[in-house]
Amino acid sequence: MKNEKLLNTLLGPLSKNNPVAVQVLGICSALAVTVELKPALVMGLSVTVIVALANVVISLIRNTIPSSVRIIVQLVVVAALVTIVSEVLKAYVYDVSVQLSVYIGLIITNCILMGRLEAFAMGNKPWDSFLDGVGNGVGYALILIVVAFFRELLGSGTLLGYPVVPQCVYNAGYVNCGLMMMPAMALILVACVIWVHRSVDKDLQEK
Amino acid sequence: MNFVKKLVDKVKPTFSEGGKLAPLHSLFDAVETFLFVPNETAKKTGAHIHDAIDTKRTMITVIIALIPAMLFGMWNVGYQHFRAIGVDAGFWEQFAFGLLAVLPTLLVAYIVGLGIEIVIAQLKHEEVAEGFFVTGFLIPLIVPIDTPLWMVAVATAFAVVFAKEVFGGTGYNIFNVALITRAFLFFAYPTKMSGDQVFVRTRDAFWWGAGNAVDGYSGATPLGQLATSATGDVAMHDVLGNPIGFLDAFIGWIPGSVGETSTLAILLGAVVLIATGVASWKIMLSVFAGGALTALAFNLWGPDTAIAHLPWYEHLVLGGFAFGAVFMATDPVTAARTEVGKWIYGLLIGVVAIVVRVLNPGYPEGMMLAILLMNVFGCLIDWCVVQANIKKRLKRATSK
Repeated sequence: MKNEKLLNTLLGPLSKNNPVAVQVLGICSALAVTVELKPALVMGLSVTVIVALANVVISLIRNTIPSSVRIIVQLVVVAALVTIVSEVLKAYVYDVSVQLSVYIGLIITNCILMGRLEAFAMGNKPWDSFLDGVGNGVGYALILIVVAFFRELLGSGTLLGYPVVPQCVYNAGYVNCGLMMMPAMALILVACVIWVHRSVDKDLQEK
Repeated sequence: MNFVKKLVDKVKPTFSEGGKLAPLHSLFDAVETFLFVPNETAKKTGAHIHDAIDTKRTMITVIIALIPAMLFGMWNVGYQHFRAIGVDAGFWEQFAFGLLAVLPTLLVAYIVGLGIEIVIAQLKHEEVAEGFFVTGFLIPLIVPIDTPLWMVAVATAFAVVFAKEVFGGTGYNIFNVALITRAFLFFAYPTKMSGDQVFVRTRDAFWWGAGNAVDGYSGATPLGQLATSATGDVAMHDVLGNPIGFLDAFIGWIPGSVGETSTLAILLGAVVLIATGVASWKIMLSVFAGGALTALAFNLWGPDTAIAHLPWYEHLVLGGFAFGAVFMATDPVTAARTEVGKWIYGLLIGVVAIVVRVLNPGYPEGMMLAILLMNVFGCLIDWCVVQANIKKRLKRATSK
């Protein structure tokens, strides 16, 4: 029984309770970092690490935080973690960190983080909170990857920087779709993901 | 016609529920109602108004109004082509070349758009809506002649699905579907939609009329020339470098998207639309008024660029201004519906179009963006007009 609940905490956010596709949180960064697959992967990973750790930290100290200053405490924890992740990225994958520029810093204001801390970590045990954080981070990363896959494939003809559309197709008159490089198209792609998701999972359809 | 009717009635059961070809009944419905006025009408006892003009007849009227622009556009494609390659060609030769060049785009737009409509109608168990008849006819008229066909197909599919079907189909769309097709092409494939390489066809059409562009040839549209003019000079020239003026632009033998060049042919269409009451003359007039006033203001106080110096009457006959005013802005679904709202809506389209033309060097033409922008505000304008009216009447009722 307990294991089932834990499993649900971990796997729920991947589909039924997906932070981007169902709760429609974290859209801004989903639009900004999905032009190419690589930054989207790094962004998804960073958010997963930060949500998971922040959830654990907040959950550990949840009984000592005065409720009147809890948002500030949450922000301090997230900001510390974001700074660490940002430094690690600068040290090991500098080019991606340049590409992501302000968006790593802006994870602090990502709605998913504050949402999970407020809604889950403040009232649950550390292990549960950790699983919830991982689940939500991965759920977010999944959508980012799907959107970035199509944007990079159709917008630049590459995947992870490697050309995948053969030269002969270009010679035949194919042109990359410049609209895919614009944030507006990311919004439409997120909408398509939601569309497909809801037509597969009928429970999610609003009456 | 009797023979066709008999044939249609004979095959009808095959397409009805339980028939052999039931999955294709949407397609059958579309063909049947295209050919004949539907048998089912509102019952005599109902309180509905009987009118012979259904959506399909309205759409056909718009297509008839578009025919002058289409025919002129075809001829102009051939005319520009043979001038560019330096071949003397007769009228019919020019027209035939244009016909061959435009026809594939028209077919692709119809096949893709109607194909999607029929599939969706089938899935939703609805009749095929008529909206695409006009959209499919508009698409070849508002794109450059050299737009690759696969791009037209992709853009049409995108527009039909994302600008129309997701909102609920014909009559529910927020944006003009044909313009979304063009906007998609414009932003997705900018090199094929602007510049001086795409508006005049120098290559062959179905292996006919091949040739090389003559020396001194330039395929830039007048607005394109003005946008890149460094000297602030408003002189425009045709494909061979001869100067052109107001009358050339009004008649329309200038480079441009297929149907937009001839203001004369467009005005013929406008007469049809206004005479039959299909489109609103208020919107047309106010678009022209808004454009003229804005252009005049730029003439007097504008920046020192060629496009700002362009006289107001030339603004109205160049580019897609007239076409947009007559056929796009008046789209009854996306335009404002209140009578006062129509004036405001049209006026703002004219203003925004000229502002984009003059102040944004990246976009030589602003009509498409102006109409799409105002499509968003159409409902808001109506709401404000209605609210103002309610307030006015409340005031009258409560005072005294």
